[in-house]
Amino acid sequence: MSLTTFLQQCLTGISLGGAYALIAIGYTMVYGILRLINFAHGDIFMMAGYFMIFAMASLPWYIAVPVTLITTTALGVGIERVAYKPLRSAPRMSVMISAIGVSYLLQNLATYLFTALPMGYPEIPVLKHVYKIGGLSASFVTFLTPVLTLVLVYLLITLIQHTKMGMAMRAVSKDYETASLMGIDINKTISLTFAIGSLLAAVGSILYFTDRMTVYPYSGSLPGMKCFVAAVFGGIGSIPGAVVGGFLIGLGETALVAAGYSTFSDAFTFVILIVVLLVRPTGLFGEKTTNKV
Amino acid sequence: MNEMKENVLQMENVVMQFGGVRAIDGLSLEVNRGEIVALIGPNGAGKTTAFNCITGIYTPTSGAVKFGGRDLRGNAPDAITKLGIARTFQNIRLFSNLTVFDNVLIAEHLRAKDNVFSATLRLNRKEEERMRAETEQLLREQGLYEYKDDIASSLPYGLQRRLEIARALATKPELLLLDEPAAGMNPQETQELTDFIVKIRDQYHLSIFMIEHHMDLVMQISERIYVLNFGKLIAHGTPEEIQNNQEVIDAYLGGSDDAES
Amino acid sequence: MKTKVNMTPEKRRNTILSLLLIAAILGACAFLDANKYSYNYAISIIERSMIYAVVAVSMNLVNGFTGLFSLGQAGFMALGAYVTAILTIPVDQRASVYYISGIHPAIANLHAPILVALILGGLVAAAFAALIGIPVLRLKSDYLAIATLGFAEIIRALISAPQLDTITNGSYGLKSIPGFSSLFQVLALTVVCIGLMVLLINSSFGRMFKAVREDEIAAEAMGINLFKTKELSFVISSFFAGVSGGMLAMFMRSIDSKTFQVSLTYDILLIVVIGGIGSVTGSVLGAFLVTAGRELLRFFDEPLYIGSINIPLFRPGFRMVIFSILLMVVVLFYSRGLMGTSEFSWNGILDFFRGLGKKKVKKARGKV
Repeated sequence: MSLTTFLQQCLTGISLGGAYALIAIGYTMVYGILRLINFAHGDIFMMAGYFMIFAMASLPWYIAVPVTLITTTALGVGIERVAYKPLRSAPRMSVMISAIGVSYLLQNLATYLFTALPMGYPEIPVLKHVYKIGGLSASFVTFLTPVLTLVLVYLLITLIQHTKMGMAMRAVSKDYETASLMGIDINKTISLTFAIGSLLAAVGSILYFTDRMTVYPYSGSLPGMKCFVAAVFGGIGSIPGAVVGGFLIGLGETALVAAGYSTFSDAFTFVILIVVLLVRPTGLFGEKTTNKV
Repeated sequence: MNEMKENVLQMENVVMQFGGVRAIDGLSLEVNRGEIVALIGPNGAGKTTAFNCITGIYTPTSGAVKFGGRDLRGNAPDAITKLGIARTFQNIRLFSNLTVFDNVLIAEHLRAKDNVFSATLRLNRKEEERMRAETEQLLREQGLYEYKDDIASSLPYGLQRRLEIARALATKPELLLLDEPAAGMNPQETQELTDFIVKIRDQYHLSIFMIEHHMDLVMQISERIYVLNFGKLIAHGTPEEIQNNQEVIDAYLGGSDDAES
Repeated sequence: MKTKVNMTPEKRRNTILSLLLIAAILGACAFLDANKYSYNYAISIIERSMIYAVVAVSMNLVNGFTGLFSLGQAGFMALGAYVTAILTIPVDQRASVYYISGIHPAIANLHAPILVALILGGLVAAAFAALIGIPVLRLKSDYLAIATLGFAEIIRALISAPQLDTITNGSYGLKSIPGFSSLFQVLALTVVCIGLMVLLINSSFGRMFKAVREDEIAAEAMGINLFKTKELSFVISSFFAGVSGGMLAMFMRSIDSKTFQVSLTYDILLIVVIGGIGSVTGSVLGAFLVTAGRELLRFFDEPLYIGSINIPLFRPGFRMVIFSILLMVVVLFYSRGLMGTSEFSWNGILDFFRGLGKKKVKKARGKV
């Protein structure tokens, strides 16, 4: 493999990893607060793909992008209100089944509304502009993804560390009940968590699908599961962990595809999950938690 | 303490550290066979943490926990129960949606010689019959037999406490750990419980180690008392000695005003 | 030993009712089986329902009785189905099944009777479950859902992978799988599988499963080893999922990787949730209702015309939307499902009807 091919693959891997990182943040934040694997998160990401297709059909891209971001955020918050909020005091199994139900519903709804056939993803001319550096050639989106990811993560961490809302989020994820006794509005905090998660998933969706070029109803399920694994890899509950996990999974997957093992690139993610659980169950940056008895 | 006593439980210089916090700092104590020993101290002193170190929920950062001379460190909670230590919990932990009978019956499996095939195919009916008979006997002895078909969570609070103790007894322990058995009880219920603890100690040849805030109960039946404050042992002695210990009085009056909770 | 069995009148009545029910079921099966050709459609719905009942009860064993959340049913069924298919396709027909890439010499002449094949299918599924369970159940059973879901997807990807063409026949799938000889064969297998699981649930091991579900810390304090108990439940559940997969292969006669998509797992979950998480009879009831419902609601997927106006709602995919909404509605508003955690009993049924009767009487009186 020549140096150019190697660098080219690295670029692809980093770009894919950036999109994964943005989705993984949504998983890690929701799990951190509700101890819930939000099975619907990957499908929210998929729906964002369809929103963009329809927005771009009649609007210029600089309006279609904010429209997509807003509708996706609204979808995420709406799902939380309808499907998770009524089950706050229900057994955890019920909430998980509800999450599966939402995922199943979104997939079936997409199949019903948009058919199971892949739909072409609109091109944003700026993102698709191809740059050549030496022997490397890549579209703008490839360079943009990792940079944008890091900027957004920086903003998010600033928000969580330095604002009152961020403090509330940290408090709720540390101890749900005590936080509510301290006068923190739990529901508002959870809604905000879902809003941030869905917003980032929408950004990830635009970056990911611009690269992949088609959307179909099951587009979200495998990337969704991979990003959850990325979040576990980084240490569930940790935002920097989710980002590092996302990049590592993106790079690893690209490396396997480049080596000709594309069939096993999906299996790779789950091998990682198993290995992480065996070797370091708290992930790279996770804190050790102790059960209260 | 001049006569030789057989030692059941021994904690030697146990330290339990969570991050930067030392919940227990160099705790040493012992429980002898047939004794009732109490561990008291203000809220947050580290009493339940000490129990969790004994029963394997936490592994102490350093120090040794010995049961009958054998080091318990590294054993999982279920293995420790099998060795002969049973416990109850501060916030009652019953199998809430199961019947009173099943709650106790589950604990009986400990000595079952069945494997999953023989149990499923009912090849060893005697084993199941033995478990049921023992459960029935235990429930009768504890005055719970009339409630045997009730769902555990439907019992009144005092009976739930009693059921939790009966369930612990079904594992046939040598040492019974009671974590605030009288919590939430009125004086009359507390008095009944006091007699009950002495009764089961004698009937089942137990050694009992308990955490308790009700001083009447503690002073009446404990042979010895250990006092813990901020993770450290501040006093140890007979009930009379503890009642007159200035440091203990200070700890209770100065450290926490809701010691009786 | 008692020489005379003493029965209360209530018990005697219930025994008689049970015998009548069994006779009715056997009679109905005999009738359908004798008129196979005219009741083809009904028989296929009943057979599919029974197979789904087996896998639904197996899912309930781990999800409802042990409190773990496993979503690997489709994957374990796929393993069972492929093992059963590979072992039972008649040797002389194999060349025509594997006509694209040929058959791997190791399995070309491997043949086993149906019962052996089904059990082996179950054992292979159980072995994979054991491997997944070791890391996941030892540490964070929270992640079991995602690990099993991922596993099911990998199995599907591997089955259609070109590298395994000579074993799984890739995306062409396997055909010429011998079917069931009669409805009674399915009935017998179903009764044995579910019967074994019921016996397990009511044994001392079943009580341990429930203890783990109720309170893990208390279960441990009762000397129950959490990992061993969870692993046991998960492995046994997967064994029966594998067997039901083998039965599904025999029922369908031809299988490919698409048969075992995640949506199959979700169908089973819907059955368990509708029937009641923690109720065996609920799962059986749910299996029949959901399977029959899916067939009866087929018209949702057909374009509907009233006069010459096309009702726009009715087109392919509408049925699945209805089913997913149904799942959500049950979880959100009727989380107990049909049976909750209780089981079918004659007393329950009679009380139910008496209750209805009383209501009617009250209503009637109100009118007067």
